[in-house]
Amino acid sequence: MKLTVNGEEIDSRAKTVQELLLELGVKPGAVAVEVNLKIIKRAEHPAYPLSDGDTVEIVSFVGGG
Amino acid sequence: MKNREKLVVGGVEFTSRLWVGTGKYRTNEEMAAALEASGTEMVTVAVRRVDLKRGSGGLLDYIDTKRYRILPNTAGCYSVEDALRYARLGREAGLSDFIKLEVIGDERTLFPDVMGLLTATEILAKEGFIVLPYTNDDPVMAKRLMDAGAACVMPLGAPIGSGLGIRNPYNIKIILETVDATVVVDAGVGTASDAALAMELGCDAVLINTGIAGAADAVSMAAAMKHAVMAGRLAYQAGRISKKLYATASSPLEGMLL
Repeated sequence: MKLTVNGEEIDSRAKTVQELLLELGVKPGAVAVEVNLKIIKRAEHPAYPLSDGDTVEIVSFVGGG
Repeated sequence: MKNREKLVVGGVEFTSRLWVGTGKYRTNEEMAAALEASGTEMVTVAVRRVDLKRGSGGLLDYIDTKRYRILPNTAGCYSVEDALRYARLGREAGLSDFIKLEVIGDERTLFPDVMGLLTATEILAKEGFIVLPYTNDDPVMAKRLMDAGAACVMPLGAPIGSGLGIRNPYNIKIILETVDATVVVDAGVGTASDAALAMELGCDAVLINTGIAGAADAVSMAAAMKHAVMAGRLAYQAGRISKKLYATASSPLEGMLL
């Protein structure tokens, strides 16, 4: 399945948001996930399904003013 | 009347009146030491894509979130739509309703787009955000932002990162006198005397990033800013003498040898 994650196209076997985070080695915690411009709340990560062609954004905090 | 004794924003009480940004430090260790030296209780952060090659984590490994409240910003957003998106992502990532709202109108000056800022403030306040808008030193806009539901106003002292200090102290004073708002000077503070001036004017707090992070010794400057904010606040509360053109002797004339 092809996904666009943070602007890059990747091949993924993840069926859910949680599986994708695991697959990418992203530590859960202070991250926010958007699928096709919709924010997926943390509690929904285990169940929220991903489909071929989805656009996913995974963001976190960096230094800023 | 606003509470002049304690700093309370969004229902949260702050002992320190210095908020600090986490950008542009040379290392995360330096940032952590500067935060410690500043005595701050709230730090700003930006919301950005996780670097999938290097992994996530990073910043918050160096910030004790039990000690410092995290204030996500919408830096880099040039439209209402983008600012709303970043604010909502920041809330989801940080699990807090606090947002430092920036809607930037110009790349070179990073001056705010106040029309967009007002619209975004109204929308986010209705969504339950505690909106801390970065705005111009404009008393009318400050009032509009408060009417739109902002939790405080954060007028710039000078352009972001410029270190030019408080370029228009009179406008800041007018905001303080005419708008029933907590006022936090955000942007432009270059050195300790700038922070002290903001507080002497009667501002409730100061937010500093580049002034600390860009100093040759960021940790020492963080300490300097801490003391400046405290000194400025005390001087404001003490009530300064009025300025006079001519001298007034400090020593009595009585008892002089004639």
